[in-house]
Amino acid sequence: MHNRFNLKAWLLLLPALSFLIAFTHWPTLKSIWRSFTWARSDVAPSQFVGLENYQLLLDDPVFWKVFENNFWYAVGTVPTSIALAIMMALWVNSKIRGTSLLRLAFFTPTILPMITVANIWLFFYSPQIGLFNQLLALVGIEGPNWLGDPDLALSSLMVMTVWKEAGFFMIFYLAALQTLSPELYAAAKLEGASAWRIFRKITFPLLMPTTLFVLINAILNAFKLVDHLFILTKGGPNNESNLLLYYIYETAFSFLDSYYAATLTVVMLATLAVIALVQMLLLDRKIHYR
Amino acid sequence: MKILSKYLTTVGVASILGLSTAASAATDLTMYYPVAVGGSLTKIVDGMVDKFEAENPDININAIYAGNYNDARVKALAALQSGSPAQLSVMFSIDIHELRNLEAIVAFDDLVSTDEERQWLNSFYPALMENGKADGKTWGVPFQRSTIVMYYNKDMFRAAGLDPEMPPTSWEEFVSMGKKLTKKGANGTVDQWGAMIPSTGYPYWMFGALTKQNSEVLMNQEGTETYFDKPGVVEALEYWQDLGNKHGIMPKGMIEWGTLRQNFLDQTTAIMWHSTGNLTTVKNKANFDFGVAKLPGNKELGSPTGGGNFYIFEKSSAEEKKAALKFVKFMTSAEQAAHWSKSTGYMGVGPSAYETETLKTYLKTFPPAAVARDQLTHATAELATHEAGRVRKYLDDAIQAALTGQSSAEDALTGAQKQAERILRRYK
Repeated sequence: MHNRFNLKAWLLLLPALSFLIAFTHWPTLKSIWRSFTWARSDVAPSQFVGLENYQLLLDDPVFWKVFENNFWYAVGTVPTSIALAIMMALWVNSKIRGTSLLRLAFFTPTILPMITVANIWLFFYSPQIGLFNQLLALVGIEGPNWLGDPDLALSSLMVMTVWKEAGFFMIFYLAALQTLSPELYAAAKLEGASAWRIFRKITFPLLMPTTLFVLINAILNAFKLVDHLFILTKGGPNNESNLLLYYIYETAFSFLDSYYAATLTVVMLATLAVIALVQMLLLDRKIHYR
Repeated sequence: MKILSKYLTTVGVASILGLSTAASAATDLTMYYPVAVGGSLTKIVDGMVDKFEAENPDININAIYAGNYNDARVKALAALQSGSPAQLSVMFSIDIHELRNLEAIVAFDDLVSTDEERQWLNSFYPALMENGKADGKTWGVPFQRSTIVMYYNKDMFRAAGLDPEMPPTSWEEFVSMGKKLTKKGANGTVDQWGAMIPSTGYPYWMFGALTKQNSEVLMNQEGTETYFDKPGVVEALEYWQDLGNKHGIMPKGMIEWGTLRQNFLDQTTAIMWHSTGNLTTVKNKANFDFGVAKLPGNKELGSPTGGGNFYIFEKSSAEEKKAALKFVKFMTSAEQAAHWSKSTGYMGVGPSAYETETLKTYLKTFPPAAVARDQLTHATAELATHEAGRVRKYLDDAIQAALTGQSSAEDALTGAQKQAERILRRYK
């Protein structure tokens, strides 16, 4: 009986499992293997080169640059978009008029494809004809070259990313807020707790499972989402806004070096795995699940 | 969709008539092509493909728009590696060395058989063939080809007291006229720039123009050597830097390729350097009087050619290659090349295109359309080397580092040259 049940379970899992293996696990293993090999071109036979590709990677200044950029990109976008998402969720969860319109407004950036958003923001950021600088010009300030200034390019990308992501995370927080028991709040009011204290002692702790979920997703996105780079900066000027995944794309498809691209991919996978593990181990204990 | 419905009709009619063999006798070709300047170029390609299919009912062309030049190459190569390959594609003219290293393409010399076909292969402007030849053979046939031209706002020239029929022809004039054309507003901010040269997207291409104007080239024909650190090349980059930093006729830092045309149309700059591929769009959208001229020169005039060539893939049957050749011949024939040039602004690929009624009448009413062709006598090849993507990026990064003031022109270019040499050593 038990065995037959197991077989049935496996059969039911089979479709999903075969897709996972074919499109996730097998390519991952292949990338790892590929990162230890090299060939002159895609038609030449490849040979095992040990750690040579990783040695190259350590000596590659562009790799270090994009890795550093990606770190700052995550630091710059993740906490901000989570904080914004919580604020927006609290706001549209309150009993004021027109909240559904507000919800829609906050959610709109999420509906738009990243490529579309980037194309729109390309014109927002444009130094002479762009929206931002025209607004600044109204108050007599000469706006900067948002995407063309090495000191600003990455930050400009971050601002757009936060705008794009916060609405998406808001939906998760909104859903979580609506499951919170009103009795807790009634009790807190009886005790005369301040709004800030209610948020800090009740709302925020109860939202922690959502925060963990959102945090993992936000960090993954900081590494995964590079669509906008294709439109906005192509990683420039001089790699100042280049990110790891975009560099992998360049290496694989512009430089046609699938071996070095595989090496970079392995580094990225390892980084993400470590981050996810740390998050789960550290935060999971502190989270209150019901 | 159109192709699918056409196919279904063919199959339907054939099966009704019991002519199943008739359908299988048709040759199906898949082709990828890029569009780098935006606009409704896909419709124009589709129209030309439809015309070819109407004339050749036994050949079906599945033309797939594949993004920019990089995307088109990625998709065509991915298709080649998978089971459903393409038989031909329009790709970057400068992909030639890498496509050959991958053994992906065949030489047209090995495909042409009749005298008429050999003559056709010799009918293109020689400057456009430079990026298509290697080892004495022709691997790419020119199709959507361009040079960089100078678009300028004649109204602004008049307002600044300049002769609108006398655009700058030398580097000095470019600076002196640029200064007159740069206008500051009441609060000291610049409302109107003298000129803009885009430095994102394809910076190495713009730089190819400046170096040629300084009588230098960026690489050898074999694509095994680069000359980024030659004094003349460094000087060209310093001139580019000076336009923004010293002379103040151009915004400092990066100038975005993608929005530059809109800048010109919104009249925030009097002059822009851009691909001829923009010409028809600028003509349709500009609500001011504009002109098009050859780029100014220093030691000589110059611009690199640019754009896409037709390639035929090795992995296809003899019959498919024959059909592909027929299609390429059709697309580059005088009539079609003239139609393509008129609709887009890309140049007619051979002298015969300019002898057609279509282009003759068009040039009479709109002389700027001839500038790209006239500039061909001063043209040089676009940067094309082995491992082109990497080498190009080294140069792009160096240019951007210099223009944003992160390093001097000389340091940046010396660095790029060293990196390029390291990569290219293997190919000598």
